[in-house]
Amino acid sequence: MELLNKIKDTLNTHFPNAIEVAEMSYDFPVFTIKHDKIHEVLTFLKQDEELNFHFLTDLTGIQTADEKQLGVIYHLHNFPKNLRIRLKTFFDINKPEIATATDIYPAANWMERETYDFFGVRFKGHPNLVRILNVDEMDIFPMRKEYPLEDQTRDDKSDKMFGR
Amino acid sequence: MAKKETIINPEMEAEEKEYSTLNLGPTHPATHGIFQNILKMDGEIIHSATPTVGYIHRAFEKLAERRPYNQIKPITDRLNYCSSPINNLGWDMTVEKLIGCTVPKRVDYMRVIIMELARIADHLICNSVIGVDTGAMTGFLYIFQWREKIYEIYESICGARLTTNIGRIGGFEKEWTKDTWDRIDNFVKEYPKALQEFANLLERNKIFMDRTIGCGPISAEMALSYSFTGPNLRAAGVDYDVRIMNPYSSYQDFKFDVPIGTQGDTYDRFMVRQHEMWQSLEIIKQAIAKMPKDEPVHADVPDFFLPPKEDVYNNMEALIYHFKIIMGEMDVPKGEVYHCVEGGNGELGFYLISDGGRTPFRLHFRRPCFIYYQAYPEMVKGIMLSDAIITMSSMNVIAGELDA
Repeated sequence: MELLNKIKDTLNTHFPNAIEVAEMSYDFPVFTIKHDKIHEVLTFLKQDEELNFHFLTDLTGIQTADEKQLGVIYHLHNFPKNLRIRLKTFFDINKPEIATATDIYPAANWMERETYDFFGVRFKGHPNLVRILNVDEMDIFPMRKEYPLEDQTRDDKSDKMFGR
Repeated sequence: MAKKETIINPEMEAEEKEYSTLNLGPTHPATHGIFQNILKMDGEIIHSATPTVGYIHRAFEKLAERRPYNQIKPITDRLNYCSSPINNLGWDMTVEKLIGCTVPKRVDYMRVIIMELARIADHLICNSVIGVDTGAMTGFLYIFQWREKIYEIYESICGARLTTNIGRIGGFEKEWTKDTWDRIDNFVKEYPKALQEFANLLERNKIFMDRTIGCGPISAEMALSYSFTGPNLRAAGVDYDVRIMNPYSSYQDFKFDVPIGTQGDTYDRFMVRQHEMWQSLEIIKQAIAKMPKDEPVHADVPDFFLPPKEDVYNNMEALIYHFKIIMGEMDVPKGEVYHCVEGGNGELGFYLISDGGRTPFRLHFRRPCFIYYQAYPEMVKGIMLSDAIITMSSMNVIAGELDA
């Protein structure tokens, strides 16, 4: 909670209005950042000597429940102080563009390719944004909710059977 | 004397040089799995490498969005299949974190025993295979029967050997039998001799040292910028271990050292794994000694833990719970959790978002070798092909985890 407030205050002084939501989720402080500010915020968090989030633990994509937005989620880690935070950013599914993090964290390279492969998020400035796990000929982004996994004529596993 | 003009620009020459292309893989006996690398070779020196991944992609994250929580566990077996119990128990702990369930100490310690056995099995395969790739088959043949002993322990606990699906959300399905404990005791007693024999074969072997020292090195800065974790990061000299930094499953109760290397080369990676096996044995010994008696082997979470069969037939509540669990109708709170465990080859993370439905809304596996394998082209640039092979085997890249 202290960490949450501290980072929130620091970010608010340097990037006014960049934070949309700041909350605790279990043991993680979570910040939702405006998508046009994410690159600056990541650069700041890495270079700031006090915060020093030098390690990108994880980067992944997500589609919101209303299927209108896509998001990218960053897990950052500061080894010396053992601090972990999660950053989220959301943008319109029809214009899924966001700045790449590869120039800040080289490890983001394949993780961004994976996110592009499954969600179709276009990372501007990525050196080689091509599919990584799926075949190159694929023309859909399979992790989006519009591509259901199973045959939709099956209703024996439907939630409505149990009143949900 | 007038300065002579260089007629040929050295950079131009380099560009016009013809490289031969070599397809290493997708199936190649020296790569231990389906890895393809398209190498540009200058004689025997690698000029550039382009890895192709995804040959055994099975869409686990998509599959998980259609499966109830207890049915996701068999998927995790197939990530790093050399140490599947770590993945299984990591997943259990993730769900326990989400539902806010604390397990008894006894379960924690039993999990620690299993996870450390799995770590030994994982490191043992990796290290003995480095030996095979450098031409020393003997160590591999000697040590491999001990993986068999570990698999027999898994088998006596859960009935499976490779894809274990061990444990349950909340603990273990039953108390371990005397046979299991005997096997563990026997392993802890006998394995040090075998490991020492293996160490004598390779650790100070002049040929092996000449072959591996300085082979495929990575600096600590580069390892951190490529998000290396696990033995590969520790070999580069960074003492990051999830068991110490974010203790899970009562790892804070045990005393153990975190071995680190200095050069980050193949030999250091090998040695870090060797020493971790000794540390794992120490942890297992401590866990057996400290094991609390007279505690249940599972937490009190009837929503997730199958009731005993005789209760299902004689007790209405047990029947209801049984039905709900089998049909995947457990009540799960909304929330997002990230939980990480120290896997065989790095920080294995589970990022789980639940919307309260019967299946996760989104599940992402942080697969350590997918993240660090992207440094491979940089590590093998300018080294010999045969060194690239042992660099890959010393990085412990597991195809199942790489491709998810």
